[in-house]
Amino acid sequence: MLHSIWLVIAAPLAGVLLNGLLGRHLGRAFVGLVGVGSVGVSFVVGALALIELGALPAAERSIGVGMWDWITIGSLQVGMTLRADALSLWMVLVVSGVSLLIHLYSVGYMGHEDERMFARFFAYLNLFVASMLLLVLADNYLLLYAGWELVGVCSYLLIGFWFHKGDEEQAPVVLVDGSQVAVPPNLNPPDSGKKAFIVTRFGDFGFALGVFLIWSTFGTLNFTDVFAAAPQVPTATITAITLLLFMGAIGKSAQLPLSVWLPDAMAGPTPVSALIHAATMVTAGVYMVARNHVLYDLAPTSSLVVAIVGAVTALYAATIALVQVDLKRVLAYSTISQLGYMFLAVGVGAYAAGMFHLTTHAFFKALLFLAAGSVMHALHDVIDIRRMGGLRRKMPVTWLTFLVGALALAGFPLTAGFFSKDEILLKAFEFSPWLWAVGLLTALVTALYTFRALIVAFWGQPRDWPLYEKAHESPPIMTAPLAILAILALLGGLLGLPIVFGVPNWLSEWLAPIFAAHAPAEKHMLSVTTEWLLLGISAAVALVGIALAYWLYAQRGDITARLTVTLRPIFVLLINKYYLDDIYNAVFARGGQRLAALLAQGLDKAAIDGIVDGGARLFVRGGAWLTQFEDGHIPHYALGMFVGALVLVAYLVLR
Amino acid sequence: MRPQLPTLDLVPLYPLLVVTGWAVLVLLADLFVQHKRALGYLALTGVIVAAVVTVALWPGVPTSFQNMAISDGQALFFNLVFLVTGALGLLVAIEYLERKDLQRGEYYALLMFSLAGMIAMAAAEDLLIVFLGLEMMSVALYVLSGSNQRDMSSIEAAMKYFILGSFASAFFLYGIALTYAAAGSTNLAQIGSWLSGRGIPKDPVALTGLSLLLVGFGFKVALVPFHWWTPDVYQGAPTSVTAFMSVGAKAAGFATLTRVLYSAFSPTFTTDWVTVAAVLAAVTMTFGNLAALVQRDVKRLLGYSSIAHAGYVLVGIAAASPVGVRGMLFYILAYAFMTAGAFAVACAVERREQSTTTLADYAGLAQRSPLLAAAMLLFMLSLIGIPPLIGFWSKLFVFRAAVEANLAWLAVLGVLNSALSAYYYAGVVVQMYLREPGRSPAEEVAFRPWRSALAVAVFLAAAATVVLGLWPGAVVNLLMGV
Repeated sequence: MLHSIWLVIAAPLAGVLLNGLLGRHLGRAFVGLVGVGSVGVSFVVGALALIELGALPAAERSIGVGMWDWITIGSLQVGMTLRADALSLWMVLVVSGVSLLIHLYSVGYMGHEDERMFARFFAYLNLFVASMLLLVLADNYLLLYAGWELVGVCSYLLIGFWFHKGDEEQAPVVLVDGSQVAVPPNLNPPDSGKKAFIVTRFGDFGFALGVFLIWSTFGTLNFTDVFAAAPQVPTATITAITLLLFMGAIGKSAQLPLSVWLPDAMAGPTPVSALIHAATMVTAGVYMVARNHVLYDLAPTSSLVVAIVGAVTALYAATIALVQVDLKRVLAYSTISQLGYMFLAVGVGAYAAGMFHLTTHAFFKALLFLAAGSVMHALHDVIDIRRMGGLRRKMPVTWLTFLVGALALAGFPLTAGFFSKDEILLKAFEFSPWLWAVGLLTALVTALYTFRALIVAFWGQPRDWPLYEKAHESPPIMTAPLAILAILALLGGLLGLPIVFGVPNWLSEWLAPIFAAHAPAEKHMLSVTTEWLLLGISAAVALVGIALAYWLYAQRGDITARLTVTLRPIFVLLINKYYLDDIYNAVFARGGQRLAALLAQGLDKAAIDGIVDGGARLFVRGGAWLTQFEDGHIPHYALGMFVGALVLVAYLVLR
Repeated sequence: MRPQLPTLDLVPLYPLLVVTGWAVLVLLADLFVQHKRALGYLALTGVIVAAVVTVALWPGVPTSFQNMAISDGQALFFNLVFLVTGALGLLVAIEYLERKDLQRGEYYALLMFSLAGMIAMAAAEDLLIVFLGLEMMSVALYVLSGSNQRDMSSIEAAMKYFILGSFASAFFLYGIALTYAAAGSTNLAQIGSWLSGRGIPKDPVALTGLSLLLVGFGFKVALVPFHWWTPDVYQGAPTSVTAFMSVGAKAAGFATLTRVLYSAFSPTFTTDWVTVAAVLAAVTMTFGNLAALVQRDVKRLLGYSSIAHAGYVLVGIAAASPVGVRGMLFYILAYAFMTAGAFAVACAVERREQSTTTLADYAGLAQRSPLLAAAMLLFMLSLIGIPPLIGFWSKLFVFRAAVEANLAWLAVLGVLNSALSAYYYAGVVVQMYLREPGRSPAEEVAFRPWRSALAVAVFLAAAATVVLGLWPGAVVNLLMGV
């Protein structure tokens, strides 16, 4: 299977063609079968390839599978080549496995759509998975970039999928003193999709420049050649390259300052959110840094930037999640925050730990999103937690699975999230106690906001009785994936148990041929006591956070309410997401539009009209064509050209 | 003593002769043929024959015709671009004119005369031939722009294009005169050798000549600040004409501009025109993209987009290297498919009583005609430069050439511009995929892919966008021989 690894991409691609071209005529059952089945093929092929790779000696676990020579210009030779190694195949398994469950769930979740939309949805979904698999299997920067961009395009189409929806106004938060705090509206799906596409493209701008710089520096774009030649390249160049590449990661993985698109991506159907947050898209940035670890190892400055951006983003997003009233948005900010952890990990050189957290996060975040989707399904798309309450009695499976996901996210001892987060904190502590402290504080906030959402939504008494009465458990096709993911979220930690447990850390060893080849062998500066101590602190922090949430939101709601009034300015700041969106809107969107309008109408017509005659106002009137003509635009155009010619002559002759 | 008659070696001119002869044939056939649609197919046959002749001449023949014309690899490559554009333009027109009730024989003949002018421009080794080709192409295009006599905007476009075009031609002619004054020849190679051998360094006459020639070219390929006509004319002209001229005229302008700069004004004035070209490229792409951001009319939007792309192409020329020229050639080929394809889709979407299409007309296109929308999606993504489509490679090649030529700032600006352009191209995609159809199905001109010449054009362009993106090697190898 190793040499047929292209099947992993080809299968969902075939699904795209089948569902995209013929889906409307095939009926729902067949479309679902093609959609789920094709990703299933990817998963099986990926798993078989992984087993096959494991049978090889560790040093030979990297197979290049060339399909065709993509381009050869001069000395540059770039192939349509995939690389199957421990890292890429692990990603294939995570991506296709989680996607498979999400696809299955979607068959139930999207069941209300008409056949045409249903087919279209699965075609996009498959294309999304195929693009992501291309990204992780790429053997060179161009192919990586292709996957990188295609993932962006798919996310754009999927986030905007329910395009008939408008902006959703949010009810203001009423505080106990009677005052109100306005909650920013949820952006409509088409604009959200566009926002995702545009914002990430500004990261991609840096990424493209990074690839360019690699080409200029190394004369090749193949990973192996670049990594081999990297030690001979000046550190400054490597630093520039890695920082530019990281710009792409900031966009794609929604880190500061380009984090603004991800919460709005919630406008897409919930399975899409799950896919974006767990399996595809956002993890691409972490994977990219891990893939380029050779370069990041050579550029300590860049690594430090990665770690700091990660840590700051983790805390920033966690605090925002504390006050969100939309269940999916709580989860969205938690993703940004958890991605921050992953970047913290890869930034401090703990690549295996980063990949471990990426994996466990994929399990529990997919679980949480799908469970939230199940709630939405039951409540007819209501997602405001203030209208929920007591749902645990109506939806036992959803409740239990959400609880498991929440425990893992909060880092409850022995869940998957606990081990992976703890490994990151451990590595961060080795690197710098300051980063560890930020990470630990974030862990506390994480436990707090996770259980706040859980308690408000599922615990206590229903706040909206008519809505509560209608609620029902979701069909098995939706709850089955939930159950599987819940098991993974509970037991996923077994993949990478802490070394102090005295058992092998399987994932770390599996990835060792990739990361150990260049990075110095894992050094153990910390004593066993310190490790146990740190482990204990992590566990304690998670428990304290959960207990605090229970006390604040389940028992003493009155204290919480008064606290909110006292801390009103902070509350307002958080609910407005630190005003980052507003700042961007003011500076880029409005400023850019004004500039463009000035150039198009202003320079093109009005400005020159203004110079030549005051009759310019005429052309603004409707059906401006003829007016433009009579109002003598040609002389204006000619004048523009004449001035241009004068400048040109003057420059060339006089310089 | 017997007068010495020059030997006439017409081989390099075969493609030109085929196209011109065929244009006359179409004109004559117009007298006898009732179904004008058939003339479109007749013209198409001529284009295919000319393409076959062009391929047969590959990899080029030496200068002849008293050193006035050359059919080297570059000229032949451009011929192929023109002929591909011509073929797409004809396929689009056959369908579009029928629907608009504009079917007339002279449309096809004019299109072929315009093609002949383009081919002459690419083959020109002499400024006079350049001018001849330029006018032959332009006059035909002026008339084509106004070919919808019932539509004021079409007539206005023609007038605007004609008057401003004449204005630009005056600059161009004056440029030729001054260049002749400085170098004593109109032959590009001779100008080059004179200027580098016995010419005066920093000769103001030659430099003024160069500037004025640049104004003329700047007009044809729509460089800022000589672009004013572009959005108005692209919007006003019948869409099938826009599809043809947005690519053909631009490609022809770049073909000659390259030759003039590289053989007549190199190496003496290389540093001078490199700076000018780099600045013009920067201004042009930035202006084009910014202005496109606020457009609501798709033809106008594509007009500004074509200005931006002229800027990208100029980046390749500014690199002043063989790599840059090859990048530019690839770019123009890519541009031909993407832009002609996008305008072809605009033709399909346009209603009978409309003369243009607004963004709202594309609302829900993915539901009304999924294949048409998918093709447009490909063109938009390719114009942004998303891999693995052809537009990605074209940008990569020219930016790469800029980096090698120490114009890294220009490459960075270009990449930034591409990021910016995503905004308005994505706007079209939003309309097609993320909006409800605004029109009732009855209003819709049914688009039947399996029996429409227009669909063939859209399909060919879309296929080229994908196939040449996945296998760009074929074109690159071809260009290595140029």
